[in-house]
Amino acid sequence: MDTIFALSSGQPPAAIGVLRISGPGAGGALEALAGGLPEPRYASFRTLRDGEGALLDQALVLWFPGPNTATGEDLAELHLHGGRAVVAGVEAALASFDGLRRAEPGEFTRRAFANGRIDLAEAEGLADLLSAETEIQRRAALEMAGGALSRQVAGWRDRVLTCSARVEAVLDFADEDDVASLPPEFALEIRELEQEIARALAAPHAEILREGFRVVLAGPPNAGKSTLFNALVESEAAITAPTAGTTRDVLIHPVALAGVPFSFIDTAGLRDQHIVDTIEAIGIARAQAELERADLILWLGPEGLGPEGAWEVEAQIDLPGHGAKSSPRHRVSAVTGEGLAELKHDLVEVARGAMPRPGQAALNTRQRGLLGDAVAALAGAAEERDPLLLAEQLRLTRLAFDRLIGRAATEDMLDALFGRFCIGK
Amino acid sequence: MTSPAQSFDIIVVGGGHAGCEAASVAARMGARTALVSFDLDTIGAMSCNPAIGGLGKGHLVREVDAFDGLIGRAADAAAIHYRMLNRSKGSAVWGPRIQADRKLFKAAIQSMIARQDNLACIAGEAAELVVEQGKVAGVILGDGYRISAPAVVLCTGTFLGGTLFRGEERIVGGRIGEASAQRLAAQMREADLPMARLKTGTPPRLDGRTIDWARLEEQPSDAEPWTMSPLTPERVNPQLFCAITRTNERSHDVIRANLHRSPLFTGAIDARGPRYCPSIEDKIHRFADRDGHQIFLEPEGLNSHLVYPNGISTSLPADVQLAMLRTMEGLENVEMEVAGYAVEYDHVDPRALHPTLELRAFPGLYCAGQINGTTGYEEAAAQGLVAGINAAAMVLSRETPALDRANSYLAVMIDDLTLHGVSEPYRMLTARAEYRLRLRANNATTRLTPMAIAAGCVGPERGEWFMRREEERDCWSDALDREVGAIELAAEGLPVRADNGKHSLREWLRFGGVELESLAPWLPTELDPLTEIAQELAEDAAYAPYLARQDAELRDLRASEAVPLGEDFPFAAVPGLSREMVERLEAARPANLSAASRIAGITPAALAALLVHARRRMDTAA
Repeated sequence: MDTIFALSSGQPPAAIGVLRISGPGAGGALEALAGGLPEPRYASFRTLRDGEGALLDQALVLWFPGPNTATGEDLAELHLHGGRAVVAGVEAALASFDGLRRAEPGEFTRRAFANGRIDLAEAEGLADLLSAETEIQRRAALEMAGGALSRQVAGWRDRVLTCSARVEAVLDFADEDDVASLPPEFALEIRELEQEIARALAAPHAEILREGFRVVLAGPPNAGKSTLFNALVESEAAITAPTAGTTRDVLIHPVALAGVPFSFIDTAGLRDQHIVDTIEAIGIARAQAELERADLILWLGPEGLGPEGAWEVEAQIDLPGHGAKSSPRHRVSAVTGEGLAELKHDLVEVARGAMPRPGQAALNTRQRGLLGDAVAALAGAAEERDPLLLAEQLRLTRLAFDRLIGRAATEDMLDALFGRFCIGK
Repeated sequence: MTSPAQSFDIIVVGGGHAGCEAASVAARMGARTALVSFDLDTIGAMSCNPAIGGLGKGHLVREVDAFDGLIGRAADAAAIHYRMLNRSKGSAVWGPRIQADRKLFKAAIQSMIARQDNLACIAGEAAELVVEQGKVAGVILGDGYRISAPAVVLCTGTFLGGTLFRGEERIVGGRIGEASAQRLAAQMREADLPMARLKTGTPPRLDGRTIDWARLEEQPSDAEPWTMSPLTPERVNPQLFCAITRTNERSHDVIRANLHRSPLFTGAIDARGPRYCPSIEDKIHRFADRDGHQIFLEPEGLNSHLVYPNGISTSLPADVQLAMLRTMEGLENVEMEVAGYAVEYDHVDPRALHPTLELRAFPGLYCAGQINGTTGYEEAAAQGLVAGINAAAMVLSRETPALDRANSYLAVMIDDLTLHGVSEPYRMLTARAEYRLRLRANNATTRLTPMAIAAGCVGPERGEWFMRREEERDCWSDALDREVGAIELAAEGLPVRADNGKHSLREWLRFGGVELESLAPWLPTELDPLTEIAQELAEDAAYAPYLARQDAELRDLRASEAVPLGEDFPFAAVPGLSREMVERLEAARPANLSAASRIAGITPAALAALLVHARRRMDTAA
């Protein structure tokens, strides 16, 4: 098997650049560069030289012999000075060794999964981590990769197992006087667990992390939507979200404000509804759909006429005769910049509140679907009077948990493996 | 010196429940079979409780019966008390159980064995296995006589290295008054098979004439006329009642005062016994807070005064047993005919077996019953059936029936045994079958008889019966397809809302309060809704939504069964598996990824690693 390497820290230039090497040749490569293997799991300061003996860098090096490493293979880390030339020089030296090559995106994770170091939920977290572009995405993905969801699910599974054991005792040992029937509070216990999982399901989900907090600017033509839209997204770091791009009538722009991912959506291009033709009707439908999917709407039109829950924004305050509002949440001028900072600050606060908290794993669609199955099965169990069918509902609950972490094997695992991680290709 | 060899296709060693099923199914399939037993008169003996069936066990009886096995029909021939356990719950966990007259049971088994073509019974001790070029070639009997066969099925029960314990007494033997197979046990131990010891026990037998029945609660036989085997047209024996008594504080005091005389507590027996069928001294010791334990007094036969006190297995000295018995209500003046005892015996770690019950290390040698670490007549019979089918299929070069966890308790048990091994005697429970909604005792025929016929296990009588049954099923199936509107049902007083639309009768059966009998106005009059097949179809309809949900799960199961791991899979070479996981995987050698996922302690992450490794091997091989 190839030994792979890649820069695991951000793009140079940076203070340090961390190069990771994983695979059977990692030890040999480290030995060749640093003139010997350091003591395992201790940071050592070494001078790195290439094959010709030319000085590459002075670096902190770490040596982790497999299999108890992040990837399950022999693993080395080089903490280099983070200059472009330094990193490029060491990478070139590594590439010159036999059996060493640059890692493909996600390949370290793939190897960790293939080597049994992480389960499916953790692998999904790592995949998200790799595509994380903002701080808040990175933190949530890290929780998942660290097994936060797997641990939570394991806890639920244990509780369901305890319930199952009690039902099974009633079913299989009915002929003995030791086992009474199920107590009346049994259904309550199941309800409690059902509600707990339902609450976890209601928590922010992974899509909000990936696609950002969706803010739609709405209002009649010439209300200043596009100007405000530009002011909000310009000069901000553009990020790429799966839904990025323009449609004919809806403009979506993903950006990160203060580390929080946003998608700003401008419904510009819509004219008064009484002169719409067919094409514009489609545009209106799209705008309508965006309004429905929005996490927040900024309403720039006449006060009180916006969708329910929208923020009243008094725009174009630099223009005399602009539509004044009696109690706007914000007053802004995209031209002078007045009120813009306050609006952004408010948006960041609200969006942050909608994002997963530290320590909370964000659920993706697959995970939410399975937890939804668990909740449905528990609800069925709580209603069921026949212990046989009650037991079946509890078994279905456990099955959903098992699929979530990849225990039930196969389909989920195969999908994850051969889809997302392209193993075997 | 060996005598001239007599040659067979299959030799079955042991005439208990496993041995009888193994020998008779092999013979039904056309293999020339020999059944070797110490004493031909003990063939079909019930060595412990005089009952057949129960929760989970009743399922096994019906499944063996579906393969045209003996145990169901013998149970009916001997039944003096029928009881359907769990009747108040869903039909998938109903447990048919009967009390048997021991003599009638044995006689029924012996007569079926005698009538079976291709089956010879040979009296003698199977002293030694003949092994040629690493394969089994036959057995040598105690008198030196050799019989040859390419397949041997060991169904030695507790006779393999068996030792009986009663108080301070030690008796070498498998059952009271009978010798045990010490030489064979020594040979198996020498062959470096993974062997271990288990213990089981049996209660004293009482003289029913000395029990004060009038003071005890009676338990009558079920009024409903069901039978163990659908081939039994009706019950044949007069039905007796059982009675219930309880242990009390005084009984517990007697036991506590004498615990130091029980071999279970002196350390003389260190093997593990069954947690779910503990000795009375174990119960008192472990559940000290309980002030009494229920004891069922079960008659042993129509013409026998012996009574079996179920729930009081013990290895205390005989004098203590009697003193304890006499503390119980109704037993104040009881006399004991035979004292209870414990048996410690050798068994093979069943993880050393293929799912065919053939030992991996010993081609041609099959094991079934207690030798594999199980307890119970039904478990033994079921394994005997499976071992017999596989041995015969091997010798006759036939396909074996495709048993799996989704179609039979038979497969659930064998999968559990061969993957997990045993730490206590294994007993069937419905909880072990994850797809038990489809594995009802009531539908064993439908699930299994077609494959039994295909495998050649079914005799003409059942074959014809099954054909008639299939015709009846078709009639019913057509009848249940009839669509009826809610208004019509409501008009007949059925509890459905009139706006519920139009459904087939089959679909209506899913609605609460709609029973097959209440649909009579829309069913052809010649169809009787009380027949077994009608009830089965009604249950199918009621469980249909659950079964549909399981289908996706079963597709998943098949997908991971399609990832083979193979006999030589290098578990130790798969990165990421802990040493403990590697040990467990190597001991059980799961044949595919699905089987591996059922081994305890194998984590999802480890499964991913196995899957990747298996894929790589498949790719390399391709």
